[in-house]
Amino acid sequence: MKYVLRKLTTLIITLFIVSLLAFLAFQVIPGSPATRMLGTNATPEKIAALEAELGFDQPVLIRYGHWVLDFVRGDWGISYSYSMPVKDMILEKLPATATLVILAFLLVVLASFPLGVATARREGSGLDRFITVVNQICMSIPPVFVGILLSFVFGITLRVFVPGNFVTFSESPGRFLVYMIFPAIAVALSRIAMTVKMLRSSILDEMNKDYIRTAFSRGRTRADALRRHALRNALIPVVAFLAVTAAELVAGTIVVEQVFAVPGVGRLLLASISGRDFPVAQAIVVLLAAWVVIVNFIADILYQYMDPRIRIQ
Amino acid sequence: MLLEIQDLRIHFRDAPAGKDAVKGISFHMDEGEILGLVGESGSGKTVTAMALSSLLSNAKTEMTGAILFQGKDMFRASREELRAMRGKDICVVFQEPMTSMDPVMRIGPQIEEALLVHTDLSPAERKAKALQAMADAELPDPETLYYKYPHELSGGMLQRAMIAAAIISEPKLLICDEPTTALDVTIQEGILALLKKINREKGTGILFISHNLHVVRKLCTRVAVMCKGELVEEGDVDQVFFQPRQDYTKRLIAAIPTRRKRG
Amino acid sequence: MEGRDGPNYFLISGSIISALMAALILVGFVWTPYGTTEMSGREKFMPPCLSHPLGTDNFGRDLLSRIMEGAGSTFLIALCVVLIGGIIGTIIGCLTGYFGGAADLILMRVCDAITAFPSILLALVLIAVIGMGKYQITVILGILFIPSFARVVRGEVAKQKNLNYVASARLMGASHLRIIFRHILPNTVQVLLPILAIGFNNAVLAEASMSYLGVGVLPPDASLGRMLSESQTYLGKAPWYALFTGLTIVLMILGMSLLTEGLQQRRRK
Repeated sequence: MKYVLRKLTTLIITLFIVSLLAFLAFQVIPGSPATRMLGTNATPEKIAALEAELGFDQPVLIRYGHWVLDFVRGDWGISYSYSMPVKDMILEKLPATATLVILAFLLVVLASFPLGVATARREGSGLDRFITVVNQICMSIPPVFVGILLSFVFGITLRVFVPGNFVTFSESPGRFLVYMIFPAIAVALSRIAMTVKMLRSSILDEMNKDYIRTAFSRGRTRADALRRHALRNALIPVVAFLAVTAAELVAGTIVVEQVFAVPGVGRLLLASISGRDFPVAQAIVVLLAAWVVIVNFIADILYQYMDPRIRIQ
Repeated sequence: MLLEIQDLRIHFRDAPAGKDAVKGISFHMDEGEILGLVGESGSGKTVTAMALSSLLSNAKTEMTGAILFQGKDMFRASREELRAMRGKDICVVFQEPMTSMDPVMRIGPQIEEALLVHTDLSPAERKAKALQAMADAELPDPETLYYKYPHELSGGMLQRAMIAAAIISEPKLLICDEPTTALDVTIQEGILALLKKINREKGTGILFISHNLHVVRKLCTRVAVMCKGELVEEGDVDQVFFQPRQDYTKRLIAAIPTRRKRG
Repeated sequence: MEGRDGPNYFLISGSIISALMAALILVGFVWTPYGTTEMSGREKFMPPCLSHPLGTDNFGRDLLSRIMEGAGSTFLIALCVVLIGGIIGTIIGCLTGYFGGAADLILMRVCDAITAFPSILLALVLIAVIGMGKYQITVILGILFIPSFARVVRGEVAKQKNLNYVASARLMGASHLRIIFRHILPNTVQVLLPILAIGFNNAVLAEASMSYLGVGVLPPDASLGRMLSESQTYLGKAPWYALFTGLTIVLMILGMSLLTEGLQQRRRK
């Protein structure tokens, strides 16, 4: 419990630092937002008035303080481009992205665990060699290209879905899932390959350790020694890897949403960066950064639950 | 006769031909006897012990000769028969207690692992036996230690736990591969006394492997000396100690006083 | 373990693929079958044929020529990214690993923090700040890759500095900087090479993704990522456009990763 509390304190401090950095990054961008909103032929008086209204005449740290307080209260600012509350814009796009990330994460876990264990169990077999080669290839395909290949095969050729279209959950849950599963595969494929490789080598590392020899000396079969001893030890580093995966999957969706025209947070982020709509970009960056920090926090907690050597400290 | 080894040769497949790790050794052990197997590191004593406990993989080693355990030829036994012997008839205590235990498993389940593999006992019965074995291994407060993790115990305690795990299924043969080398000298004495007690009370045959003739002399009745894969001398421990026939043995004995000076 | 005696297939196939890609890129710097901007209204969307081995695009441009140009550009960007990240990362890693202290502690914490975040996310933030374009993306990715190199070099230097040869060099009066760069650095090459290859692959991937998203390399500069994005529009009409462009990226990455894997396997033996 002490451990959890300590990690929780670190989590909150980290969140503050990360949000401050994200805030500062968007403050150093050249050009005043007021000029951008009013256009270049606005009078200097008008610009000054708007800047005062937006609070840009105050020092950076004060503005950060206001911004954090507003953010926590649920006021994420107003979009420059659409004059809409940023919160509404993001919340509208969130379900698609969240579904995509969850599906992709499930795919990673469900596919890589059986494959990783199977290849480790039959080390050197035909299956092991085959999957090792497939892994190496899958790790080399960018998610964008996986997405394009899937669009071509399942969209254009087999007509399972229409590339460029999208169906929301409220329109048709079944069709929504069809439109989600292919982007999820595109995001997950290379991570699955990496996780299989990582799990396999982690298990095989453990299988060479002394305590496995002890298990053999007590009459355990190789399969039992792997399942009862090596696997639990091998999973400890894999948990940390899964935290990285959960973060990377979000980054992957930014790209893959574009391939499949999924109306998600990633596309909104890109549009807001291209359109210099910084309140939107800033809010999304902070949210995604918070996700990364929180995922790592969860991994830390799982870590100490799985490894008794850490639990004691 | 508990164990008889006839012209045992062990060759690692990745070593050049003719370079055998063990070059045709023969010796025997009676029931309830403590035999010391002595030699420097690289003399082939640990490889021999691994062969006796059938822990050498066939893919990596080639073995010829015969190992007769209670008259049964282990090289003719099936893999499944050998596995049934491991942890039941033949148990091993390894050199490094810290790394020989699963770090994420509690001590208790590790001690009763052999029972889980070889018997149909209920969890409660297994636990009762584990607590008894821990008491036999002179571990204080077994009830508490049962739920501890390996990193919470000292090296000496862990080695006692390893011994408890080895004696829980009351094996005929206990192979101890340098069980005290990784431990402090003061703790060594206790472990040696414990092994002696187990041998006396349960009649367990102990094959005690060490590079340290001094330790072997305290514990064993008979000793076999190995050098570079060959068995150079075998006999009563006092006879080997006071009237060694081989130069190699003399040098091994000569090495002891320096240890005493240090310790 | 596996393939102890058999040939090292990873090394062989990796060398072949990498050599092919290197040839394609190097030739592309001096010669392409057609001009990369040569358009032809009559030769739009031609499937692969004798005169255009990889077909043509929506403007009738020869795809092989464009891929050679794009691969060259992607390669140069990735190379510069690895050089920027590698050189700065190595210097930081050497100094912090050798001298230790508070600077070491803080810098490594910062590196940990940066590597925890997906590089695309950080790259997008930096793009919002300093803008898009091929030079910007090179510098941005270069900066983002510094921590991964710094961490590995730091770890190795910290290990090496306690070895005897460093102490004896010190006794002979060598300066700290001389010890770091003449004695320790050459010994870190073993661990540096694989991460340079991984870094190169990540740079190719990142450039392709950013340019695909339209925030990396901008027209008129060539890039495989940009071609991939253009090709998607014509996926139904000219699937070979996307296929060959994507395949080029895959082969660039695959060749390098097989090579690294093969070298690591050989070293393990």
